[in-house]
Amino acid sequence: MTDTFTKRTPHLARRHAREIRFQWLGKIAISIAVGFLLIMVGTISWMGAGALKQTQISLQVYLDPQEIDTSAVEKADYGAMVKTALRATFPEVKKRRDTRKLYKLLSSQAAFGLQRQIKENPDLIGQTKSVWFIASDDVDMFFKANITVDTNGNAGKLDEKQVQWLATLDKSGAVRSRFNTGFFLSGDSREPELAGILSAFAGTTLTLFVCFLLSFPIGILAAVYLEEFIPENRWSDLIEVNINNLAAVPSIVFGLLGLAVFLNAFDLPRSSPLVGGMVLALMTLPTIIIASRSALRSVPPSIREAALGIGATRTQMVFHHVAPLAMSGMLTGTIIGMARALGETAPLLMIGMVAFIVDTPTSILQPATALPVQIFLWADSPERGFLEKTSAAIIVLIAFLIAMNLIAIILRNKYRQRF
Amino acid sequence: MTLAVSTSVEPETQIDQVIVKASDINVFYGDKQALYTVSLHVPQNKVTALIGPSGCGKTTFLKCINRMNDLIDICRVEGEILVGDQDIYAPAVDVVALRAHIGMVFQKPNPFPKSIFDNVAYGLRIHNIATSKTELADRVESSLRSAALWEEVKDRLDQPGTSLSGGQQQRLCIARAIAIQPKIILMDEPASALDPIATAKIEELIDDLRQNYTIIIVTHSMQQAARVSQYTAFFHMGELVEHGKTKSIFTAPNDERTQNYITGRIG
Ligand SMILES: Nc1ncnc2c1ncn2[C@@H]1O[C@H](COP(=O)(O)OP(=O)(O)O)[C@@H](O)[C@H]1O
Ligand SMILES: [Mg+2]
Repeated sequence: MTDTFTKRTPHLARRHAREIRFQWLGKIAISIAVGFLLIMVGTISWMGAGALKQTQISLQVYLDPQEIDTSAVEKADYGAMVKTALRATFPEVKKRRDTRKLYKLLSSQAAFGLQRQIKENPDLIGQTKSVWFIASDDVDMFFKANITVDTNGNAGKLDEKQVQWLATLDKSGAVRSRFNTGFFLSGDSREPELAGILSAFAGTTLTLFVCFLLSFPIGILAAVYLEEFIPENRWSDLIEVNINNLAAVPSIVFGLLGLAVFLNAFDLPRSSPLVGGMVLALMTLPTIIIASRSALRSVPPSIREAALGIGATRTQMVFHHVAPLAMSGMLTGTIIGMARALGETAPLLMIGMVAFIVDTPTSILQPATALPVQIFLWADSPERGFLEKTSAAIIVLIAFLIAMNLIAIILRNKYRQRF
Repeated sequence: MTLAVSTSVEPETQIDQVIVKASDINVFYGDKQALYTVSLHVPQNKVTALIGPSGCGKTTFLKCINRMNDLIDICRVEGEILVGDQDIYAPAVDVVALRAHIGMVFQKPNPFPKSIFDNVAYGLRIHNIATSKTELADRVESSLRSAALWEEVKDRLDQPGTSLSGGQQQRLCIARAIAIQPKIILMDEPASALDPIATAKIEELIDDLRQNYTIIIVTHSMQQAARVSQYTAFFHMGELVEHGKTKSIFTAPNDERTQNYITGRIG
């Protein structure tokens, strides 16, 4: 027989067919998963990309020395100056109602930008300067082509006249689109064109910091103690079952616990990253303990025997040999837990981290909000401008998550050891 | 069947000093009894081999001597073991100190995933034996020399112990055990995972170590027992069937079960 290795019996052919079928099923499953991921990331990026751009309008502003007191530059009425400049640009607008519409083209906070410029450079006083102002959210939406002009000449909240003025401005080159640094450098605002992510980002960072500081050491120590020190008996089984159950408790329950214990009983500051971090730590602990215990269990017993056999104490055995080998698994568990904590909204709502926060929190005791809560708040707002902010905030959240995972991978590779 | 019996000539008349006296040892794993009233005297500076079919309780007995059985929650030990004149199961005994005096080498080589140097230095460090860096290095070197490993690793002391071959790893484990200069070394089938050449090296090493240490070695190979040991204890189904000079056990066993085992009918 020369064809022993080349002939395909029907049985062998069937086995190969089964193999190929299975591989195809795997490929299809992966394509579906990747496809959905791409769709999700794609839509969010597409919707959120707009938030990175900001429409600005340029006006000739006369910085009247009579209006600005050089000894107290910030006290001057810049709002009035901006309004004067707007009227000067469109001298034909006379009626009160129309001027008010004209003012609406700019963000209500546009004058702040001017104030800042003058403060930095008081020499400008007395000159007529061309200044870029942040447009209102309606104008912003209009130029981002999110709103189309209807048959009456209206575009969303903008009416016929406003659309015409904008066309005039655009033609004269007084409209531009710039990278929206304000989105990353300012806190929340009622005005969509001014709302930024910084306060929520800082809140999330502080909250996760507290969460990590509490849950990592407590979780690891609990896991080490349960796994390496106490004998296996009915009590250890009971503890194990309870920890597993805790991992499955809905997060809002931890929020209620935080409300009852941390806020009402201990009287800790409401809405603060401290309490948020404590609540999230409670939620994260079971995950860390379970993952760390399984990491410890995967360390071969021969290492423990080696250490104890040479006269190491249990603590030395754990901290010199077992824990370093389990470290990468323990870190993975911690990051998984923290990633879940990062996306949590419900427990934070319960402890009041849902407040409208403009200022960036700088300590864990100040009121703060968190990224997912910010997303929730913006998604709930009626203004169209918040729609793209919501998506942009989601992108920031995802970027945060990826950064956390990267740190985890780096740490894991650092601690990876063979055994 | 003939077996090569230990070549070292022992004066028949000399009575060896006993270092381990185990009396009426019963060991239970939960409800299951693994050892039945085992009594055994282990002579000092000799190699005692524990032989018997697998599952007969050799490892269990060995682990009684350095109380590694304490680690198994369901394990219970009854009886008395004297090392020197101290009862090692007395409540006041500190197992950490006990294990510093009774080293152990395991069936599967288990070096720490650390450097070769740190593997040997670990015991010296935790027991605070070396007072200076140079003393530490000296002791590591002499331990590696005693374990007949120095020449092979002296240029790569900073490489992981796990990068060595199986036989080298086992000799590293022996070096690690003797670094803290125990009185007794327990070896649980130290060569069972090794090839014949590595096995021969380990056996040679065991013969050398006998000068300074009392060695109790578990083996399922009768040839190995015959080659390295002066005394042999034969275990069968949790009982110590017979125990005596290796020569007499192999040439003129008293018990039929021993006879059957060494001729290959059980095991
Ligand atoms: N950790 C354990 N738990 C339960 N039973 C065990 C344990 N270790 C050993 N045994 C039992 O004790 C008996 C003796 O085992 P062991 O001492 O390992 O035998 P040997 O080393 O001679 O092969 C066996 O029946 C084994 O099943
Ligand atoms: Mg065994």
